Amino acid sequence: MKYEMVIGLEIHAELNTRTKIFCSCSTQFGAEPNTHVCPICLAMPGTLPVLNRQAVEKCVTAGLALGCDIAPEAHMDRKNYFYPDLPKAYQISQLFRPLCTGGTLEFEYEDESGQARIGRVRINRIHLEEDAGKSIHDLYGASTLLDFNRGGVPLIEIVTEPDIRSPEEAGAFVDRLRSILRYAGVSDCQMQEGSLRADINLSIRPAGSDTLGTRTEMKNLNSIRAIVRAAQAEFLRQTEVLEDGGVIVQETRRWDDAKGRSLRMRTKEEANDYRYFPDPDLLPIRVDGDWLRAIRDALPELPGSKRRRYVADYGLPEYDAGILTSDPAISAFFEDAVACGGDAKAVSNFIMGDMMRIVRERELDFAALPFSPADLATLVNRVAEGVVSISVAKGAVLNQMFEAGERPDAVIERMGLRQVSDEDTLRAIARDVIRDNPGVAQEYRDGKTKVLGFLMGQVMKKSRGKAQPAAASQLLKEELEK
Amino acid sequence: MKLFTMPALMLARKIHEGSLTAPEVAEAFLGRVKELDPKIGAFLLTDRAWTLEAAERAQRRIDALKAEGKPVPPLAGVPVALKDNLCTRGVATTCASRMLENFTPPYDATAVERLFESLMVPLGKCNMDEFAMGSSTEYSAFGPTRNPWDPSRVPGGSSGGSAAAVAARMAPLALGTDTGGSIRQPASFCGVTGLKPTYGAVSRFGAVAYASSLDQIGPIGRTAADCAALFEVVRGRDERDATSADIDQPACLRDIGAPLDGMKIGVPSQYMGEGIAPAVRQAVEAALSRFRELGCSVTEVSIPALDYALPAYYILSCAEAGSNLSRFDGVRYGYRAQGAGDIDELYLRTRSEGFGAEVKRRILLGTYVLCAGYYDEYYKKALRMRSLVKAGYEKALGSADILMTPTAPIPAFGIGEKVDELSMCMADICTVSVNIAGLPAISFPCGFTDGLPVGLQAIGRPFGEAALLRAAHAYQQITDWHVRVPALSEGGRA
Repeated sequence: MKYEMVIGLEIHAELNTRTKIFCSCSTQFGAEPNTHVCPICLAMPGTLPVLNRQAVEKCVTAGLALGCDIAPEAHMDRKNYFYPDLPKAYQISQLFRPLCTGGTLEFEYEDESGQARIGRVRINRIHLEEDAGKSIHDLYGASTLLDFNRGGVPLIEIVTEPDIRSPEEAGAFVDRLRSILRYAGVSDCQMQEGSLRADINLSIRPAGSDTLGTRTEMKNLNSIRAIVRAAQAEFLRQTEVLEDGGVIVQETRRWDDAKGRSLRMRTKEEANDYRYFPDPDLLPIRVDGDWLRAIRDALPELPGSKRRRYVADYGLPEYDAGILTSDPAISAFFEDAVACGGDAKAVSNFIMGDMMRIVRERELDFAALPFSPADLATLVNRVAEGVVSISVAKGAVLNQMFEAGERPDAVIERMGLRQVSDEDTLRAIARDVIRDNPGVAQEYRDGKTKVLGFLMGQVMKKSRGKAQPAAASQLLKEELEK
Repeated sequence: MKLFTMPALMLARKIHEGSLTAPEVAEAFLGRVKELDPKIGAFLLTDRAWTLEAAERAQRRIDALKAEGKPVPPLAGVPVALKDNLCTRGVATTCASRMLENFTPPYDATAVERLFESLMVPLGKCNMDEFAMGSSTEYSAFGPTRNPWDPSRVPGGSSGGSAAAVAARMAPLALGTDTGGSIRQPASFCGVTGLKPTYGAVSRFGAVAYASSLDQIGPIGRTAADCAALFEVVRGRDERDATSADIDQPACLRDIGAPLDGMKIGVPSQYMGEGIAPAVRQAVEAALSRFRELGCSVTEVSIPALDYALPAYYILSCAEAGSNLSRFDGVRYGYRAQGAGDIDELYLRTRSEGFGAEVKRRILLGTYVLCAGYYDEYYKKALRMRSLVKAGYEKALGSADILMTPTAPIPAFGIGEKVDELSMCMADICTVSVNIAGLPAISFPCGFTDGLPVGLQAIGRPFGEAALLRAAHAYQQITDWHVRVPALSEGGRA
């Protein structure tokens, strides 16, 4: 029997607020253990949480970016369970009245066979909650150590409807979601630092059926690749179970990315009863009227509409627009370079070609390059003006800009890279080339005009790449036909 | 008049005038605690250095303010006893529990901070029912407190240590907390005045939580005026407590002497009938006629929804308590069971050994009512009952200015007498509904029966503490119940 998979995702994103959700401790990643802690986030007796307004705003921003309804009155609830890294023994979260409900995300992706498709995934809810600390095992004998720096960092949990039908679609959804959250300034979405984490709920059913099978929940997915692989593996596992005449057990599994397989963590029967109830220490959250309007007004342009604008306003191909808008830092660099007078298509070619390659190779960040968008615009203009050739611009000049942050005009002058278009100089080079290659020159005169390319190559070589191609080609022809 | 029989405001005046100094007053009360407390057990801790340093600091500041011609806070230099669930920086805060026997907070509760800012002097930490759960102070892990009027009887609870300290004139003032009557009922049993403020009037930051939606810190004193002064010191918006009210609260002390002419007093019939001891009812009725003499009208009102208050209270308070007390897990601070093999055993043994029976009972009850499948049946229903109680009070307080009831249905009972949970919680029957509705209420002495004090409770509108304090003050101007001193202490009558 042919089966299809049904996937819903739960995605946790750490909000990039400056301070924690209920106290004024820093949220900075990577500090010495237990240096970003205080009596409140350590849950000392008598301390109370006070909700970080910015965390609420960022959750609402995420909701607006995904087309959600914003609850006029939301509540924080307590999710009760004992765990050493959860100091209050309850996580303050939202169950009954989350901040955001409804919403949809549309995105393009390529399916297994490489065919372009449109994905459309409904968002069930987005709620606000706090992160737990970290248990560190095996570092100090048999003891478990605790680091509470992360405890109380604000998170949003984005829950989708079970609308996803393939691992590729799941991966593409998370990729697009990450791009939107970054654009909206909500989260840094650094998956390797754990600031974006996904859980997969997956069930299978006979293709064409419209009832849902028993689902499993897969935890610990820290990259898009892991999401795709875990979904593939779980689909195969469940298919095998059913084909062997077994039944799927509702359970939570843990993905081991190194081994490429998952292991059972706990079954439904072993699940905690979280005994949720509204947290009496916190007032209802009312994001309405002016506050909601202000958040909406502050919402930046999101990748979808930006992409459409790039096509319409700059005349860029869909493909280019898609790549340039995939990351807010890239699109900001692009827009700034165009604003500084660079031709859009030429700027786009520079960014998508050599710049993205170099940034990737050297692990740089578009938000912090050694040169400015204005420098890129200058370089693009120098090519257009014929001051330097495109190959010199993408080669020596760009390289020096990355290397030393040197201004393009300075590089061109210092290294003598200015293109040669002076008639006497070019004519002399052309004559030299004809003299050095009498046989080829004769072939040309005999009508074999294809060899002009070879001769032009020699001209470029002799000029060390600086000959202005159009002028040189014209003069070469004149000399050949003399 | 002996120093320790003076009301707090009189002590403050004498310190201000210079006829007494703050260290002198602190020494006198520390001496009295040393002398009398072995018989009462009101204090879990006194710390001479802590008290005297604060007294000396206060005195220097008072002198400086006077020299600069600046106003001196109204209770500057006056000692105040603190219930041991109020966090004190560098001084043990145990909640009368083995769980926190060795716990020393690195911060002061906001209310404690405000005492210091107003140049008051901490006198010590008072006994209580463990984690404020109880009505007799018998559930303290460190032994019961005795009622100064009859040491074979309980002082009430859970702020029994605070109330007994004030009654025995070991402290001019005390802070307590009140979740279901824990200030008012011991004030009633001990013959002192205690105010449970409106929910949100006083910051709860640093008060170890029992039931977050019900807890309030409030003053216990000998007179309504003293309570008004201390209430004004500790109340007000605190950025560290989201539930603290962001409003300007009306002045209480300034107009406390204004006449009561025309004040409308409602008397809920639900709290004057069955279950109220005849002697208590008689004392309350006698007090009501004195209020008529003071120019008040007294009308019986009926608030049928009050019948829901006790079940709603037990469900909500235990649900919140079960969650609030989960942090005591032996991992970061407090008691930790030794030799546990794994984390589950550590939790189990720490909590089994660290908590007393009553606390465990309430945690179990609270856990049960929030369990999957029971939430709607218990917790949600209790929330509905809560809104009914609130609405009932709102209606009654629409026509009446304040309501009056007995504070407790009976006077202080014997130690070990009310061992079963049910009869113990009946001691709270007249007080819990006030917490459920979030209203302010005051208890003040209105008579004696068989040598034991009887308390009168006045309930007000939200942030209507001024009216309650005014009523209690007017009554205290024409009666002397509040100035009687238990025979145990040798102070005599003021």
